Amino acid sequence: MTLDSPTVTGNRGLVIEEPLIFEQGSPDKCGVDLPEPDDRPDRLGGVARSGPIGLPGLSEPEVVRHYTRLSQKNYAIDAGFYPLGSCTMKHNPRLNERMARLPGFADLHPFQPESTVQGALAAMGHLSDWLLGLTGMEAVALSPGAGAHGELCGMQAIRAALDARGADERRVVLVPDSAHGTNPATAALCGFQVRGIPGNDRGRVDVDAFKAALDDRVAAVMLTNPNTCGLFESDILELSTAVHEAGAYFYLDGANFNAIVGRVRIADLGADAMHINLHKTFSTPHGGGGPGAGPTVLSGALAPFAPLPHIVADGAGYRLVEHVEGDMQPFGRMKGFHGQFGVFVRALSYMMSMGVDGLRQASGDAVLNANYVMARLRETLTPSFEGPCMHEALFDDRFLKGTGVSTLDFAKAMIDEGFHPMTMYFPLVVHGAMLMEPTETESKESVDAFCDAVLALADKAKAGDAAFFTGAPRHTPRRRLDETKAARNPVLRWEPPAPAQAAE
Amino acid sequence: MRYLPLTDDDRRAMLARIGAASVDDLFRDVPPAAWTGPDGFDGLPPHATEMAVERQLSALAARNVAAGSVPSFLGAGAYRHHIPAAVDHLIQRGEFLTAYTPYQPEVSQGTLQYLFEFQTQVALITGMEVANASMYDAATGVAEAAAMACRITRRKHVLLSGGVHPHYRAVTESFLRYTDIETECLAPDPLGVEDLMGRVTAQTACVVVQNPDFYGNLADLSALAAECHAEGALLVVAVAEPVSLGLVTPPGAMGADIVVGEGHAIGSPLNFGGPGVGLFATRKKYVRHMPGRLAGETVDEEGRRGWVLTLSTREQHIRREKATSNICTNSGLIALAWTIHMTLLGEAGFTRLARLNHMKAVEMVEALERVPGLKVVPRHFFNEVMVRLPGQNAAGVVDALAERGVLAGVPLSRFYPTYPELADGLLLCATETTDTADIEALVSALTEVLR
Amino acid sequence: MSTLYFTEDHEWIAVDGDTATVGITDYAQKQLGDVVFVEVPEAGKTLAKGDEAAVIESVKAASEVYAPVSGAVIEGNADLADAPATVNESPMDDGWFFKMTLSDTSELDDLMDQEAYDSFVAGLD
Repeated sequence: MTLDSPTVTGNRGLVIEEPLIFEQGSPDKCGVDLPEPDDRPDRLGGVARSGPIGLPGLSEPEVVRHYTRLSQKNYAIDAGFYPLGSCTMKHNPRLNERMARLPGFADLHPFQPESTVQGALAAMGHLSDWLLGLTGMEAVALSPGAGAHGELCGMQAIRAALDARGADERRVVLVPDSAHGTNPATAALCGFQVRGIPGNDRGRVDVDAFKAALDDRVAAVMLTNPNTCGLFESDILELSTAVHEAGAYFYLDGANFNAIVGRVRIADLGADAMHINLHKTFSTPHGGGGPGAGPTVLSGALAPFAPLPHIVADGAGYRLVEHVEGDMQPFGRMKGFHGQFGVFVRALSYMMSMGVDGLRQASGDAVLNANYVMARLRETLTPSFEGPCMHEALFDDRFLKGTGVSTLDFAKAMIDEGFHPMTMYFPLVVHGAMLMEPTETESKESVDAFCDAVLALADKAKAGDAAFFTGAPRHTPRRRLDETKAARNPVLRWEPPAPAQAAE
Repeated sequence: MRYLPLTDDDRRAMLARIGAASVDDLFRDVPPAAWTGPDGFDGLPPHATEMAVERQLSALAARNVAAGSVPSFLGAGAYRHHIPAAVDHLIQRGEFLTAYTPYQPEVSQGTLQYLFEFQTQVALITGMEVANASMYDAATGVAEAAAMACRITRRKHVLLSGGVHPHYRAVTESFLRYTDIETECLAPDPLGVEDLMGRVTAQTACVVVQNPDFYGNLADLSALAAECHAEGALLVVAVAEPVSLGLVTPPGAMGADIVVGEGHAIGSPLNFGGPGVGLFATRKKYVRHMPGRLAGETVDEEGRRGWVLTLSTREQHIRREKATSNICTNSGLIALAWTIHMTLLGEAGFTRLARLNHMKAVEMVEALERVPGLKVVPRHFFNEVMVRLPGQNAAGVVDALAERGVLAGVPLSRFYPTYPELADGLLLCATETTDTADIEALVSALTEVLR
Repeated sequence: MSTLYFTEDHEWIAVDGDTATVGITDYAQKQLGDVVFVEVPEAGKTLAKGDEAAVIESVKAASEVYAPVSGAVIEGNADLADAPATVNESPMDDGWFFKMTLSDTSELDDLMDQEAYDSFVAGLD
């Protein structure tokens, strides 16, 4: 397939080729005017830097243009439908951004005297109240930096509780085969051995196999609910009861809490710990890969082991507890300072906007949108499991069998149609997985347009037009990139060009 | 609900298509005992207008004293710098703000290219060969560096200097607590006199130091690096104030094997301490042991240069329990703010900013040295020093100065309440945002309180 | 003349007296896709049967190569560090991983011969 005629510059209208900053500017340019430093005797003790660093110099207009052009090479929720399963790409309200930038929040030093930061501590207190109210749990550790960090928090609390009990023999953690890869990585960091538990043909944990695996060496079970197949673990009460009867703890991976928020309280599921991705359920922006926040709610059994710092309501005000007090037995500290405060403010702004009724409506609409995607696609694509899904719809690649088109090819063709692809090849328990999460912030028109495109692509694949897919994407700033070359000979930074050799 | 586009008509039509009676019907897999009705969440308020939320949160914010509204000398790992207006404007472009991790490189070249530029800038200022695309913050970065050193050396003993930020120490101890790695934290060392060289052995995986250290002491680490290498150990250097690297010999040139920095001071406001961005750099030969994401250069099908996430087999979604780290999300947007601010500064601006900070600190120290009853501890420093207030409780002095409208630094008792010998210690920092009038206000308030 | 054995983890072992050469099969390299990194064991390392002996990474997957039998490593294939593609191009020859001594030749009895391995592979999807 030939593309339209190439331009003389390589630019294509709004998509403009942009060199690296190191290939622009000159050392005597600067985008910031700073006053002349005083000329006092230095106190560096002889460790002053010698020689140039090698940073480029650009003026402000050049810098603004550089990053604007880079931004135009990105897909984003602001620009279009982003049905990335298990990632929850919902709208990021701009009120949250404005609130986080109030000088009374943004310009606060973490070590100001408590009397000068009462509003900030109150904001953290209110966020805690929301998280505890929505989950019904005993305590919350706000400080984990993201989901995987929250998992670590919960699992370390479990390890601390086991140590306090003297349960040294409990070192096995059961993780379903469908789990996020972070679960086994986290369990290993806590000194646990991971044992897989199989799923059944309904896409859920096999209860019998699960119960058979529970013995007195089991420390905890890590379970995602709704699970990574987008299904509610309908036997969850039986599972959690069995976990507790076996003397183990129940860690719930809260990555998919957005499907049930305002409808199901985590305490009622028998959970001992669950992390909450504020950047998923509570709408804080993903920012191209962070920052997120992963506050972790804990049951009464684990609350004494929550890491520092704690926020404590104290009479009329709030206190930040940074050292052990009373009978608390924190396992330690997760993060510098007091956690992802800027993310807390954004999430709080969202919760206050939505209210408990709005959050309930949001989980309902998220599940409705996903089931609508399922209903529209189920005849043409191949759903992996029966029954209603939760917030995401899982398909496998059986519908592509014999077409010469893979899940990856299909995804790349969706990019050309103006959609971000769904999550691919995860969960691992189905072949060629396509996990679609529309979220509640998409209109029916938007979901319909997506379904129309997917159905048309599926027809095209079945009609035998494999080359259309294997050559996609064609309309992007770059076509498929050579990942093998990148990994075999990693180039991870810019290097100045070697001095020109003498002409041959 | 302004964030929810579906109308009741939409919902009815969609339910009809699905063949479900109601939205609640879609939740039929939830056991009744685990179901909570709309009235089951006591004490949580209903939805609110944008105007109402703004009013309530603004009222909360107004109860705080913004650091920039008064003379402020707070540092201790969080430094207040002036951020050019262009930074915040650019990071709020939706294409940056509302994108996911760049897993689809064809539609993520913007994020990938700035990460590649970020990695290069971090490597340059730290004097290292390679850097990753960021960690959560410096504290978690130090913890990951210690674990990485253990993987490389196949040793299990980590030695943490008493000059390292107490939060970095606590997070590292906590992170490694349940692994087979032993963490040895030396006592707080405000004078920079501990004997690290004498403690490095053939069992040591790494020595972790900070430069300038938590108390402001600036040191040449070359001899320590040589001693570590002679014993087969790695030297990990933490940098809490990245601006210092514009003026001070970088850790890489002193022989560091891994450099961890807290980047938030460049490009991001204080934000009450978070989110930050961990800078993480090392030698090229260790790159496969490095945690975190990496952007790498490659070409597309048409031979044009482009960028991808690479070496992802180190990561948890492939390696599961054998991953180099359990981290997934890191700090992309704060890394973007950092790299934009660094690009605006450039070579000339970054070195001048660093010199300006040092000169402000020298000015502050020269003024403090004239205050009776106060002793400046570090002889060599960048923009922060510990002072002693003999016979005084530093926390009380800070409170007294706060009442006089001066945020006079951070008392050491906040970190080490069980060390009475540190009760008179106070950390004071000056940056380019500090002016002479601020220093005069500090000195006169201190003189008054210490009288 | 060496004798060729196979494991269910798709490794081959060519035994010549009490020494052997170990690599991964053509089927394994096809499953992995483009190999981008290989870490082979150092000479002198002792391995029990089933120990992790080497690491192999493609763009999308990482896996361990296990010791098919017990013994000591004589030599790792140093060429693979700079040319991991050799594993794709010549898995049964130039793409070998390591040579080892055998401490217990009876362990070979548990392995498959060419014919058994071929039918094992044929039985996989």
